[in-house]
Amino acid sequence: MDGARSAIETAARASYGRLIAYLSVRSRDVAIAEDALSEAFAAALRTWPETGVPETPEAWLLTAARRVVGHDTRHQRVRHAALPAIELAYEEAMTRTSPEFPDDRLRLMFVCSHPEIDAGARAPLMLQTVLGLDAARIAAAFLTSPSAMSQRLVRAKTRIRESGIAFETPAGNVLTERIADVLSAIYAAYGVGWDAISGADSGVRGLASEAMFLARLTAHLMPEQPEAKGLLALLLYCEARTAARRDASGVLIPLTAQDYRLWSRDMIIEAEGLLTAASRFGVFGRFQTEAAIQSVHVQRAVTGITQVRALVHLYDFLCSEHPSLGAMVSRAVVHADDGRPQEALVMLDELPPQAVRTYQPWWCARAHILEHLGRADEARASLVSAIGLTEEPGQRIFLSRKLDAISGV
Amino acid sequence: MQFMLMFSEGQAQFDMRNDPSHAPGYWGAWNAYIGAMTQAGIIVNGDGLQGPHTAVTVRLRDGVRHVQDGPFADTKEQLGGYFVIEVADLDAALEWAARSPSASYGSVEVRPVLPPPSGGGV
Repeated sequence: MDGARSAIETAARASYGRLIAYLSVRSRDVAIAEDALSEAFAAALRTWPETGVPETPEAWLLTAARRVVGHDTRHQRVRHAALPAIELAYEEAMTRTSPEFPDDRLRLMFVCSHPEIDAGARAPLMLQTVLGLDAARIAAAFLTSPSAMSQRLVRAKTRIRESGIAFETPAGNVLTERIADVLSAIYAAYGVGWDAISGADSGVRGLASEAMFLARLTAHLMPEQPEAKGLLALLLYCEARTAARRDASGVLIPLTAQDYRLWSRDMIIEAEGLLTAASRFGVFGRFQTEAAIQSVHVQRAVTGITQVRALVHLYDFLCSEHPSLGAMVSRAVVHADDGRPQEALVMLDELPPQAVRTYQPWWCARAHILEHLGRADEARASLVSAIGLTEEPGQRIFLSRKLDAISGV
Repeated sequence: MQFMLMFSEGQAQFDMRNDPSHAPGYWGAWNAYIGAMTQAGIIVNGDGLQGPHTAVTVRLRDGVRHVQDGPFADTKEQLGGYFVIEVADLDAALEWAARSPSASYGSVEVRPVLPPPSGGGV
């Protein structure tokens, strides 16, 4: 897709998301809001690339939606439930004095990532409602069948309706936790296989640009929340390395071997700025920590070396406050690189065997540490497991080359 | 739940199997993948198959035997092997399918195995 077309699609998705949020908040029913707008949105995606984005995009969509819902008998249910909200939104759009249509998307994101919603459905739900992505595309990114994903989304929307989840921005002491849920869902949308920091260069792409959109949106809508800035910074650091991540034939290049001249300077500068702004709030959290880890890695572009000791401290902190399998595995690797391979191996072996047996980054880490310890045969065996568990041809080739290199020992 | 993973490959991959410059990479990737499945303890059974040129297809129509050299359908990709695996759900089966070498150059069909008929039979 060319740049202009993609900008128009982004504009259409932004207006769509605003309207879905507006209608959902007022009808308290996400499914009905989607039904009301689906044909208008499809029409916008079809015609706007030819005509350009209309001056008042929300009014355009609402006019189209009113026409469809008002005349088409298939929309009986929508007419009763959403038509009043559509009329209200239409009035709002036609008479608004502020340059932007009211934005309730943050409330919608809190609903999508509500604890009442199954954790695996939160990111898909957000992508569908806030961005209007279709279930098939979401299903592919999350490696599930389109029909199973559709069912999951329908169930989640039924749950929203039936459990009466409030369409409100949470307040008080649950706010921090609920923000973490929103940010985790966006992080999940960024991609499967990216859950580990060391795996942040693994190459299987999820919905990177869509997740960036959501991260930007949350950082914009919650300017006083440092973790929202932290997540956006984290994603920018990861995106900044896209061009350096593979060689011309698609073979993976690990972070420490990447040509930093290929990293995006603009994205890194923006990320550093966000991280600094976040730190001024004096509340350190998971995403700021993960972003800080990435910041240490990109310092190599300036200093020429990677500050392993700084990574050790950050990972120790991350694992004590927000332990995850990915973080624990990465922590072991930096401890090995800091001269403690024996301790690092113990860290890996203490992780639950059931969880790590099919966790590819664990086998990569194990091979790396065993190689440090000069245990070539075991390193090779772990590498073979890592090769067998990867989904990505570029990584398969990279690891196979490593395997050949170790066999020379 | 049991699922069958059916791995399809193109002629280029079938040719790699015996090509000295490509065979080590080809078999290395498959051995690693099968090793990972074995390690996870999910394999019920399975095999690789010899190339489609070795296939013979049989049909019986109106009492007449039709026997044909070659696979049943002439398509770009042909069945290269299969595994039946025991995993928790479809998502887990898809995860394993995606890890197979043929996911990146051919395709993998994933299907639930028909459960044995429940009690009450003859």
